[in-house]
Amino acid sequence: MKMKIVKTGMSGTMESSDINIVIEKGHEAGIKIHLQSSVEKQFGAQIKSVILETLGEMKVNDVVVRAVDRGALDCTIRARVQSAVMRAVKKENDMDWGIL
Amino acid sequence: MTNSVEGRIPDSIKGYEEIRNYLEPFEKGPTGRKAGPLLKQVKPGENKVLENIEEAIIKSGLKDGMTISFHHHFRNGDYVTNMVMNKIAEMGFKNISIAPSSLTTVHEVLLTHVESGVITNIYTSGVRGKLAEAISNGIMENPVVIRSHGGRGRAIEAGEIKIDIAFLGVPSSDEYGNASGRGSKTICGSLGYARVDAEYADTVVLVTDDLVAYPNFPASISQTKVDYVVKVDSIGDVKGIASGATRYTKNPKELLIAQNACKVIVNSGYFKNGFSFQTGSGGSSLAVTRFLKEEMKSKGVKAAFALGGITKPMVELHEEGFIDNLFDTQTFDIDSCQSIIRNPNHHEIDACMYANPHNKGCIANKLDVVILSALEIDTDFNVNVITGSDGVIRGASGGHSDTAAASSLSIIVAPLVRGRIPTVVDRVNTVITPGETVDVLVTERGIAINPRRTDLIERLKDKGLPITTVEELSNMAKDIVGKPKTIQYTDKIVAVVEYRDGSIIDVIRQVK
Repeated sequence: MKMKIVKTGMSGTMESSDINIVIEKGHEAGIKIHLQSSVEKQFGAQIKSVILETLGEMKVNDVVVRAVDRGALDCTIRARVQSAVMRAVKKENDMDWGIL
Repeated sequence: MTNSVEGRIPDSIKGYEEIRNYLEPFEKGPTGRKAGPLLKQVKPGENKVLENIEEAIIKSGLKDGMTISFHHHFRNGDYVTNMVMNKIAEMGFKNISIAPSSLTTVHEVLLTHVESGVITNIYTSGVRGKLAEAISNGIMENPVVIRSHGGRGRAIEAGEIKIDIAFLGVPSSDEYGNASGRGSKTICGSLGYARVDAEYADTVVLVTDDLVAYPNFPASISQTKVDYVVKVDSIGDVKGIASGATRYTKNPKELLIAQNACKVIVNSGYFKNGFSFQTGSGGSSLAVTRFLKEEMKSKGVKAAFALGGITKPMVELHEEGFIDNLFDTQTFDIDSCQSIIRNPNHHEIDACMYANPHNKGCIANKLDVVILSALEIDTDFNVNVITGSDGVIRGASGGHSDTAAASSLSIIVAPLVRGRIPTVVDRVNTVITPGETVDVLVTERGIAINPRRTDLIERLKDKGLPITTVEELSNMAKDIVGKPKTIQYTDKIVAVVEYRDGSIIDVIRQVK
């Protein structure tokens, strides 16, 4: 399945232990991540790598990701990225569980 | 000999001619005589009441390079420290050392005076907010000195902190300087920290918004110690000084921790008629008191005293006859402030009586059980309550190391992780309380007993408690949050952590 970004997809909240993810179509090739995190110093690199990994598994490319993290665990980050992508490709009501 | 803080202290620190490393809790004793303030005389008919802060600063003879002190009994509602420092800055003084008993978020505006060179040294229990961040980022040339409440009292008595002028906000005072923690506008309860300053500062200036008729008795600070009294419009924000009704936590994690801590106490061997305890003001800590009350009721056990940091749950137990005496250095909420006025056995004590290790016996020495919190605790049981997991200063030493060392049983209550931040770690960023004085760690995922306490391990086994090891707890935390990257520091030392006896137990470096 081709993951074509058709609109901005958002997921997650600004609550403690959550992460807010916004996914937009990128104007350049590749994935660009803007991360703000309350635990940036300790976990910034780890959060970025989970986001990249999740996008890779979903075969998503050429996007801009804006992430505001409030100390989310990896499982939360993965889930939020997945749902933001599904919304961005307008498939949130037509989930292909096989790719998740 | 190796101890739990081996390798943390550098060979030289700016401002220290020689460094006395921490070795073990009671290794460094006192020498010499107590320091004393100048002898002074106020003659009959002389007046102590001054027009304003500026006149007090002039009369007190403030000069560049002097040390002045404040107290933090008004907590986040304090106006006095900022008011006095703003005036001192306006009058053009430089190179002032400040020695507050602690600093809270309300004091972060002092940053402007640090930037402009008005304040060049800070000796305190804690720092918070923007000022703390700036210090951690290396704004000050001289390292801040962090002391515990008992350690500060000791340093003042030993002359290591020489206070030239103490500016002490008081809820009420008469014209001769008899001051009290109850006033018509504000009420702060105990003035336990301020009493030490009043006793040892060369010049004592009281700042009040309730100047009452002579004599204002009973007085926490007496007229024989006081040079000047200044009346101002307001000394503080009532809401910030004493928090309202303390609400019991409903957080199931905190309740589980509290319940387990209570079981540890009950089975520790110290829970018997005439025992004593101290709890902090955090959610789990307050809840321990609640669970303990049920045990005291059902087993017919009464406490001889509670120490602290007095909060409403302790006052309730006192008034219901479960605790005979409350010893109070600092009164946290409005109910407790009223209790100290109302209840004859709710006693005000000063910081030296509370926890000074170098006198003929502080009350903490008689303490059976203390419940303490932690930002971080490591597998050597060292506790950090001063720096966050990002290495930035954000807390206070308080009475943590004092009561941990002096009590018979010290229990740390803490969640295993907070959000993505692990509480149980391999190595804490900063040691405030050395592991050899910490006996038990209670988390929601299990209880770890310090291996040094073989007696406790024996007494607490087969009691249905979820006993594990601190290493196991640290691994559990790692499984949940992953392994955090080690914080990067520069070589610059931004703060020195003194142990309660005056030895150096750790340093805090500038964050990158």
